[in-house]
Amino acid sequence: MKRLLPLIPLLACVIGIQLLCSATDTLYYLTQMTMSAYYSLLIIGLCVLMGYAGQISLGHAGFFAIGGYISAALTTHSLVSFQDNSLVKLLDSAGLLLSGQTLYGEELLVVNPTLACFVAIVAAALIAVFIGIPVLKLKGHYLAMATLGFGIIIYRLVLAVEYFGEADGISEVPAFPLFAGLSVSGNFADRVPNYYIAWGILLIGMVLLLNLIDSRVGRGLRGIHGSEEAADAMGVNTARFKLQTFVLSAIFAAIAGVFLTHYNGGIGPSEAGVMKSVRYVAIVAVGGMANLWGAMLMGIILNFLSLRGVFGSYDDAVFGFILIVIMLFAPNGILSINVRHQLRQLFGRNKQDDGEEA
Amino acid sequence: MTSELFIQYLLAGITYGSIYAIVAIGFNIIYNTTGIINFAQGEFVMFGGMIAITLLQFMPLPLAIGLAVILTMIIGALIEICFIRWLKSPSVLRMIIITIGISILSREVAVHIWGESIRSLPYFVGNEITSISILGARISPQVLWVVAVSGLMFICLGIFFKTTSVGREMRACASNRKAATLCGINTKNMVTLSFILSAGMGALAGCVMSPITYSQYDMGTGLAIKGFTVAILGGLGSSGGAVAAGLLLGVIEAFSVSVVPLAFQDAIAIAILLIILFIRPQGLFGSKEASALKEF
Amino acid sequence: MKKLATKLLMAVVAVSLFAVPAMAETIKIGAILAATGPASFLGGPEARTLEMLVEEVNAKGGINGNKIELIIKDSAASPEKAISFAKQLIEEEKVLAIIGPSTSGETMKIKNICEQAKTPLLSCGAAEVIVNPVASYVFKTPQKDSYAVKKIYMEMNKLGISKIAVLAGNTGFGKAGKGQLLKIAPEFGIEIVEVEVYDKKSNDLSAVVAKIKANKDVQAVINWSIVPAQAIVPKNMRQAGWDVPLFQSHGFGNIKYVEAAGAAAEGIIFPAGRLLIADTLSVNNPQKALLLAYSRSYEAKFKEPASTFGGHAYDAFTILMAAIEVAGNDRDKVRSAIENMKNFPGTGGVFTFSKEDHNGLDMDAFQMMIVKDGKFVAYEK
Repeated sequence: MKRLLPLIPLLACVIGIQLLCSATDTLYYLTQMTMSAYYSLLIIGLCVLMGYAGQISLGHAGFFAIGGYISAALTTHSLVSFQDNSLVKLLDSAGLLLSGQTLYGEELLVVNPTLACFVAIVAAALIAVFIGIPVLKLKGHYLAMATLGFGIIIYRLVLAVEYFGEADGISEVPAFPLFAGLSVSGNFADRVPNYYIAWGILLIGMVLLLNLIDSRVGRGLRGIHGSEEAADAMGVNTARFKLQTFVLSAIFAAIAGVFLTHYNGGIGPSEAGVMKSVRYVAIVAVGGMANLWGAMLMGIILNFLSLRGVFGSYDDAVFGFILIVIMLFAPNGILSINVRHQLRQLFGRNKQDDGEEA
Repeated sequence: MTSELFIQYLLAGITYGSIYAIVAIGFNIIYNTTGIINFAQGEFVMFGGMIAITLLQFMPLPLAIGLAVILTMIIGALIEICFIRWLKSPSVLRMIIITIGISILSREVAVHIWGESIRSLPYFVGNEITSISILGARISPQVLWVVAVSGLMFICLGIFFKTTSVGREMRACASNRKAATLCGINTKNMVTLSFILSAGMGALAGCVMSPITYSQYDMGTGLAIKGFTVAILGGLGSSGGAVAAGLLLGVIEAFSVSVVPLAFQDAIAIAILLIILFIRPQGLFGSKEASALKEF
Repeated sequence: MKKLATKLLMAVVAVSLFAVPAMAETIKIGAILAATGPASFLGGPEARTLEMLVEEVNAKGGINGNKIELIIKDSAASPEKAISFAKQLIEEEKVLAIIGPSTSGETMKIKNICEQAKTPLLSCGAAEVIVNPVASYVFKTPQKDSYAVKKIYMEMNKLGISKIAVLAGNTGFGKAGKGQLLKIAPEFGIEIVEVEVYDKKSNDLSAVVAKIKANKDVQAVINWSIVPAQAIVPKNMRQAGWDVPLFQSHGFGNIKYVEAAGAAAEGIIFPAGRLLIADTLSVNNPQKALLLAYSRSYEAKFKEPASTFGGHAYDAFTILMAAIEVAGNDRDKVRSAIENMKNFPGTGGVFTFSKEDHNGLDMDAFQMMIVKDGKFVAYEK
């Protein structure tokens, strides 16, 4: 439980930021805070996979895209012309379809967003299992290439398939009504509730993962990272643990994809791009591989700055620069710099920890 | 399929394959001496082409290419000295992230020097419409240049590693770095040399392929991804494997066009490669022990 | 005396209170452009054009004495960034209007945002879906794909071509064009026998060229793309010894693509705005003066030839300025001023907007051109 204590100040921060923004009439900052929270959800999932299970994935944008695209396609493409299809009729009578109108007055008949969200997440999980079984047998660079290959395939598919909008992606994705009048949407009026929805999901994700890494599974995972053979010998079912973590992180990515797509009202192929996956891995590394807090913090900060366009045309350049500097001077992540140094100064010990752990 | 069409596809496949193979060999040279994958390899190709195009305004083509290769080698050496040389036994993931960072920065430097537009070197022989006929199929003579230069580099590298003392010292680093150090080999210099070598190879490749593919500031990423894929498939560290895997990928890509729409070409080619990798996890020509040893 | 002084002072204060905001107001304009990233060949010239124009306008004292402040956001062609920037510009910067984005995909993501926030959007994206269905606050300056398609098909009818192959780039531009080509073909009795989509980062396309060449029915090829890789198609076709007529789209409107394709570009026929042949236009042409002025000042400032891509941003900006001149700093009035604009000459053609038409260009905006001796010339037959 001690691990969960830092969540309280974080929660206070989240509420504090909203109150501060409301008080100073700068609520627009919450737009990017909300988007960053969803990206961070993917990043903490990836952090557990990389930092604790020791498996790199250069294809996580693929899972994000699977979630986002499936949910967007189901809730946006109108089924009006298929009204006579028996499956559509069945879904309609089960109350799983929604009818409505677009902003420009066209008739719409689409899948209920809750069902679409469910389908998207299940699809991502199934694909993760299917891909994970052979891929996780690979090691090192071979694993990196296989996950990269998976990412490329997803990117190529969304770019080539007409149902997914090819290069334009999917636009005019409707809001996702959750409960009690709350809905995930980018409307200016819904901004504060959406900020709390995003951060609520992120916090729940953090709680889950912090508990996970403290549990039997987590100890097993750390064993895998340390030495897979040793863990195997101790009776840890390494293959299963690795696969479970892989699927869990894929589900996190898919949830992030679903919610962000409804919040943005659209998704494009750039979300599935290889450079996105690389960016996520880099953020995890910069945050500190086995450091959920660091990964989350870097996820929020870097995405927030990038989405606000703080660096203008130098966005990528600054990102590359940060990567190099942190990896050169603080290979254990940004959080390792101050904390360790200060601890050392405070207690004047830990001399033997000076060597690199990486 | 007519035989003419078959040969046309085959030649197209060989063109793609030679380009991929040459990038993959660049990956392998650095991998062999350091155990890391240099994701900035594609940027060497870009720098080679871009520098040669700029120099061409002041000097004849062969001189421009030669100078571009040398300048890119210096860039390669500088990168190694600034970012890699002084690190104490860095982890593989750390190196991957650093090289990704270098690749992003190189691209940004390039776009601010040369802008976003495409450029190209002139065709070495003839011009854009010159073609020669091989068994009924027609290709640009530049394709032969690409194939020939790739082949020549492959052979020269083989000779260099087998017969020269420097080459042997580099191979010693590859098989056991500690033992090599104990034998009095300056492994740090060997690493710098491997960066110089692979930068030079990349640059030369960038020059010969420029008339066909054009040069643009962001061409490196795509090439690096394909080159990495090929290097893995061939078995990391194996130059012969890289050539075989490169040609295989190129030919699969070319022939896939006849079956599925071009838009799915990459997805199909990569899916096939993944299946091969699942059957042979150490790559086509890699040794099982080596792939098990090198980990993150 | 003291009373008079107070009165005078009050009068001065009163006058300045009214006069100052009216005179020294700054009008904020936002722009979301892909200045870097995969669509930088569009966003780069667009961003440079806007910077140049703002400088020019402010040097002349602004619009009605109001300075223009332009905030350019670089989206790198990522829709999620475009969405974030659009919200930022609308609420935070409270811009009067937004120019851009450069691509259709991004524009479609922020179309509804601008519509709901009642902020005029002047897109540089090409796809027709941007203005169809019409959103009252959304306009676009590039010519309609369907007109380009019709121009090409009319030319094909004249040449007696009826079976064609279509190659398209995998960008929003290529996708929209491919859709229109397939849709309109039957109207002109044209049959499309091969369709292929190539990657925007293609290195070589000889395999796919070999494939369509093997289809003996193909009488002509349409290469519809806006990416630099489109210059590979003519080379691979000519190298394969295949000399059927090659048609391209208005996305070919950059002389650099001709330079890249070199000798293989000779004889390519395509429709485009008249910017490319500005110096050969007759003196009576309403566009001639501004086309020459734009291309000369752009080339002098940035040392590179002007392209039709930068022209789209030029049109968006000048239309917006003309609207502000009439309507002032008010989103709604600017919107209706644009909608009521008639016979406004731009680089892409002569714009006449209406309630139903938020593009404002007709088929006459296009001129068929051909590449001759490495230059664009008007195509007449």
